[in-house]
Amino acid sequence: MRLLLHPLALLGRNVLAALAVVGRIALFALETVSHLFRPPFYAREFGHAVMQIGWLSLPVVGMTALFTGGALALQIYAGGSRFNAETVVPSIVAIGLTRELGPVLGGLMVAARVASSIAAEVGTMKVTEQIDALVTLSTNPMKYLTLPRVLAATLSVPVLVGVGDVIGIMGGFLVGVGRLDFGAGTYLHNTLDFLEAWDVISGLVKGAAFGFIVALMGCYFGMHSGRGAQGVGRATKAAVVASSVLILAANYLLTELFFSA
Amino acid sequence: MIELSDVHKAFGSNRVLRGVNLRVETGTSMVIIGGSGTGKSVAIKCILGLVQPDSGTITLDGRDVTKGDRDAFLARFGMLFQGGALFDSLPVWQNVAFRLLRGSLKRPKDEAREIAIEKLRRVGLTAEAADKFPAELSGGMQKRVGLARAIAADPEIIFFDEPTTGLDPIMSGVINDLIREIVEEMGATAITITHDMTSVRAIADQIAMLHDGAIKWTGPVDRMDDSGDPYLDQFINGRAEGPIAAVR
Repeated sequence: MRLLLHPLALLGRNVLAALAVVGRIALFALETVSHLFRPPFYAREFGHAVMQIGWLSLPVVGMTALFTGGALALQIYAGGSRFNAETVVPSIVAIGLTRELGPVLGGLMVAARVASSIAAEVGTMKVTEQIDALVTLSTNPMKYLTLPRVLAATLSVPVLVGVGDVIGIMGGFLVGVGRLDFGAGTYLHNTLDFLEAWDVISGLVKGAAFGFIVALMGCYFGMHSGRGAQGVGRATKAAVVASSVLILAANYLLTELFFSA
Repeated sequence: MIELSDVHKAFGSNRVLRGVNLRVETGTSMVIIGGSGTGKSVAIKCILGLVQPDSGTITLDGRDVTKGDRDAFLARFGMLFQGGALFDSLPVWQNVAFRLLRGSLKRPKDEAREIAIEKLRRVGLTAEAADKFPAELSGGMQKRVGLARAIAADPEIIFFDEPTTGLDPIMSGVINDLIREIVEEMGATAITITHDMTSVRAIADQIAMLHDGAIKWTGPVDRMDDSGDPYLDQFINGRAEGPIAAVR
């Protein structure tokens, strides 16, 4: 009640708490990266994480890209026809997907699927004392749990984005040829003619950044989970929300960095 | 010898340990008793470095536990956690042999598996359990696997955190007997925390009573019943009236 009567104190307290979390996450990220240069490394854990984060996310990322590519073709056709520019559909679909929608939507889908599962798994390990058990068995949880997941996500999300780009362009192609009367050859020709290597590479770099964010948030909130089912539930929610918001913020910053004139 | 001197630990405004002084001689089995939430687990987590004390010192054979090679220090310990804390993603034998499959004690996989199966036999489990996952085992079997993991690398010091919680009386008796046998057989120093008086009588050489964040009484198990200490008396007889408030 006293705090409600003193809005500045309330604001200050919340800002300080938020800054403390940002600081803790930054230190957690630095510690994670530092383990990349200090053995031992757990190759089996890394391989398992690549399967879970990369391979098993393919269906969801692929479906997202396919439908997004198709919808994008319809929208661009509808918009382009207002000023007789329907022919730009293949190139805009390709550029839009590779630069923006592929990495961002792929990243958000991975955040929903992977940040939640990492936070729930690591959080459950925390509340059932499995992380304490790791320490007593002379195994650093940052090396055994965090680094393999963060590294696997950073390396496999760009691959997912690349595969998503191809599937998304195929979605646009199927709609363009099947519904919008484009010739198959013309569609592919227009796609390839206007697409530059940097369009694709910038999207893959974004994918790597988003993968890092997703796994880092999953591990951070899992490791700092509160007690019981409620604690793990809160950690899972926080991991998904934080990774989604950070993906969108990082996307803006990277776009500014890569494409601002 | 493990020695805690004036160890304090608070979580926010909750002062859990308020000057714990305790000495555990090498080769003895110390049981720390006390009500729920009195800081028994925090005390042993402080010894292992899982929780950092706010002040005070903890020494092992005269050396401060916070200094020196941490891996070498932890290699001397085994711990049985209250809920087992088995790794769900690994089969039973890899849980038991966890320390033997990585780090400074690493051995070839076949040898580690053999040791794991031998340790599982020691705690009364067959080799068939080795390839199961922890979720496929009953609570009592999970405790045994936890016990096998705690002794897998032949530690000098073993901690048992509420070893019989959640088990039926017969299984509790089996686990108590196993702990006593294993500790004697290995000549290990053991610290057990429990509020199960059957465990206390089965496992302990020495007892320490923790209340209000400090050790209220310590002595050999055979002096427990005529200690004259009001806290210990109330606790071991399970009386609602006495210096320990029933509602905490």
